[in-house]
Amino acid sequence: MTPRLSPVDHAFRTEWAPLVATLVRQTGSLELAEDAVSEAFVEASVRWRTDGPPRRPGAWLLTTARRKAIDRMRRDVRFEERIPHLAAELDSEPAPQVLGDDQLALIAGCVHPALNDEAQVALTLRYVCGLTTEQIARSFLVPAETMKKRLTRAKGKIAKAGISFDIPEAEALVDRLTAISGVVYAVFNEGYASASGPDLVRGSLCDEAIWLSELLCSLVPDDAEAHGLAALILLTDSRRWARTDDDGLPILLEDQDRSLWDRAKIDRGLTMLKRSSELQGIGPYRLMASIAGLHARAASVDETKWDRIAAIYGALLALNDSPVLRLNQAAAIAFSEGPEVGLALMDELVDQLDNYSYFHSSRASMLARLDRPAEAIPAYDRAIALSNNESEIRWMSARKTSLQNG
Amino acid sequence: MKYALLLYSDPSAAPEFGTPEMDAEMQEWFQFTADLAASGNHLGGEALTPTETATCVQIRDGKTVTADGPFAETKETLGGFYLLEADNLDGAIAWAEKIPLAPYGTVEIRPVMEFEQ
Repeated sequence: MTPRLSPVDHAFRTEWAPLVATLVRQTGSLELAEDAVSEAFVEASVRWRTDGPPRRPGAWLLTTARRKAIDRMRRDVRFEERIPHLAAELDSEPAPQVLGDDQLALIAGCVHPALNDEAQVALTLRYVCGLTTEQIARSFLVPAETMKKRLTRAKGKIAKAGISFDIPEAEALVDRLTAISGVVYAVFNEGYASASGPDLVRGSLCDEAIWLSELLCSLVPDDAEAHGLAALILLTDSRRWARTDDDGLPILLEDQDRSLWDRAKIDRGLTMLKRSSELQGIGPYRLMASIAGLHARAASVDETKWDRIAAIYGALLALNDSPVLRLNQAAAIAFSEGPEVGLALMDELVDQLDNYSYFHSSRASMLARLDRPAEAIPAYDRAIALSNNESEIRWMSARKTSLQNG
Repeated sequence: MKYALLLYSDPSAAPEFGTPEMDAEMQEWFQFTADLAASGNHLGGEALTPTETATCVQIRDGKTVTADGPFAETKETLGGFYLLEADNLDGAIAWAEKIPLAPYGTVEIRPVMEFEQ
C-alpha cells in the first residue's frame, strides 16, 4: 500500500519545479526564486493544516511565492526595477500559464556555456527535475556535502557573473538546445551504464532523462534532434531489464531475451523516431536512434539489418569521425560480413584505442567467435585491466574462464 | 603617458573578508585610491570578483566558444582591458565576441566587485 501524501507533500512533488521556473523568469534570480518558493511551502504547511487546502493549490502557491519574492526584493536595491512588474502580476488574475517558456528559459540558464558540465547537470536535475541535493548526490555516488558545494558554487556563479534566465535568440538557442541535449544524454548514460560502481543501472537517472527528453520535445516541438534524443533514450532504455542477469552481470545485445524488452517504451521510442524523421535536420541523436530502432524491430540477431546499421554508422562518421564510432561500426559489420572482416577493421584502430577497455573486449569476442582462444584470452586480460566497472570485470572474467576450459 | 597597473596575487594569501586584518587592508586600499585621486592622476580602476565567477570567450573557426573558469594558458599574456556596462553576462559576451583578438586570443570576463554602501 502506498502511503497517502498530504496535500502539501503532493503539491511539493508536482508544483515545486514549475513554481521555481516561473519565479526565476519573473525575478531574474534563481536564489531568490528558490527562497520565495520554499517560504510559500512553509506557509502552506501551516495554513493548509488549519484552513484546509485551497481549491487551486498551484495558483495559491504561485501568489504566495510572488508575495514572498516581492518582500525579499524590497530589501535589495538590485531588484528595484523589477518590483512594479511583479506587483502588477500579483494584482491581475493569474493568466493561463505560459509555463513552457518559463521552463525553457530555466533550462537555458542551467546549461549556459559559462557553467561547467558538472554544474549544468546538477542544476538541471535540481531545478528542472526538482530532485533534492541528496537525491542527486546519491545518483552520482558523491557525498551530499560535495553536491551541495557544487550547487552552491554554480548558483554563486550565476548570480555574480550575471547569467540570465531568458530564452536565447535564434542562433544561441540552437547552441543551447545542443547543450541541453548533451546534459540529458549524460544524465541518461550516467544512470544506464555507470562508468564505475557496484550496480550497472541506476534507474532513477534514466527515468529523469526520459522525462527531460519528453519535456524538451514539448518545448521545441519542431526540433528533429530533440525527438531523436527522446527516441534514442526510450529505445535504449527499453532493454534495461534484459541487459543484466540475476547476478547483475551484463548481457550482450545479441544474447538478450528479447521478450524482456519493454514494448511500451519501444512503441513510444519508435513514435518519437518517426516524428524526428518528419522534421528538418539530421543529427547524431536521430541517427543513433535509427540504429536503436533497427534493433528494437528485429525479432532476433539474425533478423537484424546489420548492413543498414553499418551504413548509419557511416553517416554518423561523416558527421563526426571518431575511433569509438569506427569500433561500433566494425562490430556491426562483423555481424553482416563475418568476424574476420570485423576483426581486421578493429585491428586498424589499435593505435587510437589501445587504452580503451571496450576495444579489447570487442577484439576478444571476435577472436572467440573465430575459435582463436589463445589470442582471445590475453585480449580479455587487457580489457579487464583497463576497466573500472565491477560488473563488466566479473563478466569478462567469466568469459575468459569459459574459454580456458574450452 | 598612461599606465595600466594590473594587480596579481594569490587569493589564499590575502586576509579573509570580515576579519580585522581585512578591514585594515581595506583602509589602505581606500587611502591609496584617495591619494591617487587627490594627485589628479587617477583615470579609473576596479576590484574584480574572484576567478570562480570568470567566463572565457574565444572565437575559433568563426564560432564562439564560451567556457567556465579563468584563463589558464601560460603563453598568452595580458595585453589590455576594457571596462564596460552590460545588462548581463550574455551582453558582456556579445561585446567580447567583437574584440579583434577574440579569433586568436582569449577574452576573460570578470564582473566588477560591488561594495555595499
